[in-house]
Amino acid sequence: MSLKIVDTRPQAPAHRRNPGFPLDLDWIGRVRMNRSALERRAATIGTRRTVKKDYQLAWLLKAITLMDLTTLNSDDTSGRVERLCAKARNPLRADLVEAMGVERLGIKPAAVCVYHNFVATAVKALEGTGIPVAAVSTAFPHGLTPLKIRLAEIEASVEDGAQEIDIVIERRLVLNGEWEELYDQVRAMREACGEAHIKTILGTGELATLTNVARASLVCMLAGADFIKTSTGKEKTNATLPTSLAMVRMIRWFFEETGIEIGYKPAGGISKAKDALSYMALMKEELGRKWLEPHLFRFGASSLLTDIERQIEHGVTGHYAADYRFAMA
Amino acid sequence: MSKVAEIFETLEYGPAPEAAGPALEWLEKYGKKFGHFIDGEFSKPAKTFASTNPASGEKLADISEGSKADVDKAIKAARAAFAGWSALSGFERAKYLYAIARQIQKESRLFAVLETLDNGKPIRETRDIDIPLVARHFYHHAGWAQHIEKSFPDHAPYGVCGQIIPWNFPLLMLSWKIAPALAAGNTVVLKPAEFTSLTALLFAEICGRIGLPKGVVNIVTGAGETGEAIVTHPGIDKIAFTGSTEVGKIIRRATAGSGKGLSLELGGKSPFIVFDDADLDSAVEGLVDAIWFNQGQVCCAGSRLLVQESIEEKFIAKIKARMATLRVGDPLDKSIDIGALVAPVQVERVLDLLKAGRKEGGEFYSPDMPVPEQGYFVRPTLVTGISPAHTLASEEIFGPVLVAMSFRTPEEAVALANNTRYGLAASVWTENVNLALDIAPQLKAGVVWINSTNQFDAAVGFGGYRESGFGREGGREGMRAYLKPDWEKALKAVPPKAASAKAGTTRNDKMSIDRTAKLYIGGKQARPDSGYARPVIGTDGQMLGEVGEGNRKDIRNAVEAARGALDWGKATAHLRSQILYYLGENLDYRKAEFADRIRAMTGASANAAKREVDLSVERLFAFGGWADKFDGAVHNPPARMMAVAMVEPIGVLAIAAPDESPLLGAVSLLAPAMAMGNTVVLVPSEPHPLAMTDFYQVLETSDVPAGVVNIVTGPKRDLARTLAEHDGIEGIWFAGSLEDSTMVEAASAGNVKQSWTTRGLGFDWTAREMEGPHLLDRATQIKNVWVPYGA
Repeated sequence: MSLKIVDTRPQAPAHRRNPGFPLDLDWIGRVRMNRSALERRAATIGTRRTVKKDYQLAWLLKAITLMDLTTLNSDDTSGRVERLCAKARNPLRADLVEAMGVERLGIKPAAVCVYHNFVATAVKALEGTGIPVAAVSTAFPHGLTPLKIRLAEIEASVEDGAQEIDIVIERRLVLNGEWEELYDQVRAMREACGEAHIKTILGTGELATLTNVARASLVCMLAGADFIKTSTGKEKTNATLPTSLAMVRMIRWFFEETGIEIGYKPAGGISKAKDALSYMALMKEELGRKWLEPHLFRFGASSLLTDIERQIEHGVTGHYAADYRFAMA
Repeated sequence: MSKVAEIFETLEYGPAPEAAGPALEWLEKYGKKFGHFIDGEFSKPAKTFASTNPASGEKLADISEGSKADVDKAIKAARAAFAGWSALSGFERAKYLYAIARQIQKESRLFAVLETLDNGKPIRETRDIDIPLVARHFYHHAGWAQHIEKSFPDHAPYGVCGQIIPWNFPLLMLSWKIAPALAAGNTVVLKPAEFTSLTALLFAEICGRIGLPKGVVNIVTGAGETGEAIVTHPGIDKIAFTGSTEVGKIIRRATAGSGKGLSLELGGKSPFIVFDDADLDSAVEGLVDAIWFNQGQVCCAGSRLLVQESIEEKFIAKIKARMATLRVGDPLDKSIDIGALVAPVQVERVLDLLKAGRKEGGEFYSPDMPVPEQGYFVRPTLVTGISPAHTLASEEIFGPVLVAMSFRTPEEAVALANNTRYGLAASVWTENVNLALDIAPQLKAGVVWINSTNQFDAAVGFGGYRESGFGREGGREGMRAYLKPDWEKALKAVPPKAASAKAGTTRNDKMSIDRTAKLYIGGKQARPDSGYARPVIGTDGQMLGEVGEGNRKDIRNAVEAARGALDWGKATAHLRSQILYYLGENLDYRKAEFADRIRAMTGASANAAKREVDLSVERLFAFGGWADKFDGAVHNPPARMMAVAMVEPIGVLAIAAPDESPLLGAVSLLAPAMAMGNTVVLVPSEPHPLAMTDFYQVLETSDVPAGVVNIVTGPKRDLARTLAEHDGIEGIWFAGSLEDSTMVEAASAGNVKQSWTTRGLGFDWTAREMEGPHLLDRATQIKNVWVPYGA
């Protein structure tokens, strides 16, 4: 694999990284999210838009390139991480790639996402692929250690070669409306990341209301987040379409006010190809085609890839596929 | 480059057509030619006309135009079936309704595709909204069939119902009509709209399939003339119509005096109010569901946006951005938001209105989007920079056109919202529950959706205020429209009394000091405009006194006073109750005087006169007691919402009291009207008005606020006509002859007043039924406020 292939990805050249902005409590006070209305909209995303045949195949291929292939388990080992990286190198069976005539696209996941302790392993395993390694640093999944230690963790991950850092926020700061403290922490983390991109995990399933989710999204964006991300995958409720709508609409508002494009990453529970297509339709409907690129949209997922492969095989061959016939991650 | 690789770059949605095959095969099964469904069988197609697919303009099938003879046959079949059907146990009828619901679910995709082919609306809507609501409607009403006896004791079905439905929700409107009618034990003759009859015919097939007794459901296809034949047919006991206000008024006039039950669900120009603290993006999405649902061909479409001035610019920008992502095209495509309008005539109407609107100014925006060249498509349009005086702000467009205006304060929002002759629905967007629940009761609309729009459910009544019609469909309030109290059904006509003895001019010696009663307007005794008085003659032929000769101008003044007193409806029910009790107390104090007066006027026996006064006092107490008890309900639609059915007054009620029972008759009508918060213009008994002119003093001593009760004496028929024609009157009750009742009902069509007349029937004003909920129902209208929740 040559780096050239990575270069052909339509990275928007004009993309400006979020420089961060002063905390604007008045703005945060104006944020309102109506759960029922968001749920109604979310319920019709998948029923108002659908893609069939070649369109479905193309969208599913795109989904692969938007994926942060992830393993975040307490029993992870180097061997497990290496296997994941191997899958990242070859996400799709060659015969399917060939049948669709998409060799040139060089379909690869957007990143591989691991705990800090496996960053070095992953970087090594992905050498030459151009696939970045993302690390969940900052006391994932709870974020409840001294800030100093969390910042040190970020620095260590960056030092080990992580190009993306998924941080978690302290949920209590949202529940208690301690926006200054949240802002300061994320700001500090952003600085600790340096050149590495920062994704802020809100733990939306523990933020009680969608207005809280939206306000936390805004504070993180003002503090310099490159991405806002729903969940660690460890909360009772992970990514949902209504939550996504609340966050994506804050991204839109932020863009309208600042001209800065922020990325969105739903994570946890997205395991079916159909779900992935619904999320993509949501992005396209609410933010436009532009937001369907890896620098602005990611899925945090582990088992999603296999389901996408199965659907692709069905699309290509016309018969249904079994998961054991695809290389496991 | 492979096609997949190309799409990988563009990420277009691509085509996603739903197959039309099964629906076309179904049409083929009938040779693409349909007759009527009468007495359980399809008739031979005759006098056919084409039903076309609006998305392509191609003919789908030929359907028959129902003649008078066809209608007659259908009504005879329904009449013949009525005895058997209404005699079935509730459980037996429930089983049929349940079977219909099951069949609709089983055939749901066929129904959805056929509906989309015939109507042009997107398959997403027929598949996800229309057809599931249809099934839900039959399930819900299967339950009512079984529970009617307990829920509506001493009520009976009307008999044969004539039902005429529009083309915008063909099968859904059919279900709204047929399900409650059948549940209540009626049989029906239904005419679908001429543009969209096919799903009704498939429904007919299903009725046959489940073994519904022959004649219970009859479907006669055709256009206006067929509808007219149903409306004017003497064999029809009740008419239910959904359609334009224009046709609604024609039907009101045509059925006047016939005694046919009538419910009308007509047009609208519903406001969509957005306050500055709303979730604006969600409100924009709400607008999509409000005005770009079913191409805007929705009677309750949120077609009039009222947005708070402080956020207007931002909000309009958001709407425009959202409009650009709407997809217009082949309605059978699963990724289409806006399909085709139903027919070229509809496209023409919308475009003509837009053209007229352009001349009056305003800014017109339509996104630059691809629209199919074939078929009847219209781009979504937003009109800004206009005011209420603009044609597009007041006319119902019935197309994908939104007009926007701004307001400064909640008060102004309400004023603008109510600045319309319609009153079907309204949406209110704010995150402030205090504001939302303050605004909802002030809106003149039968349905108010808080932070949502176009929500429908079988358990929740739907229907309008003002020229949007009367009667409700759905829920308990909807069942009432198909049931009649047994006692009312049993009423017999009484021959009108011969005119009383010729006017005497001699004064009755008993009258020592001249007393000429004036009129009672705005809490004051007022001289009649005419400057004339009319004598009141006792049974002995002698003049008992004189009363003012009221005329048009007195009515005008009385209505002004009544409109000015409408805050009565906002007073607490407890207060209204107390005032009614106080009226009773003060009348009781003077009962001897009132009894004497009644005797002198009517020649009633001492006992009868005393009984009339006693009953009048009792009635005031009865309705004093009802005032704070005849209240609403909370419905449970299958969503995380509550629908609060609020019982609201009609507004200004005109009451022409019966000639007989001069005190009790008037009080029996006045008390329920007042109890429910209406203000009243009352015309007392023409021959015996003195009981009510004496009543002025009772009113004056009982803390009744000025203008709540206004009394105009004089020629009842003329005054009633003026009242019936007055646009400031929202409802009229008339007790009198069939001829006069007919006149009143016909004249009430002007602003689609709710009317109730005695039609020369022998109402017994002393009967217990007169103090119950019967008149309270007529003194009120139900507003359903949908309140979604969730943090």
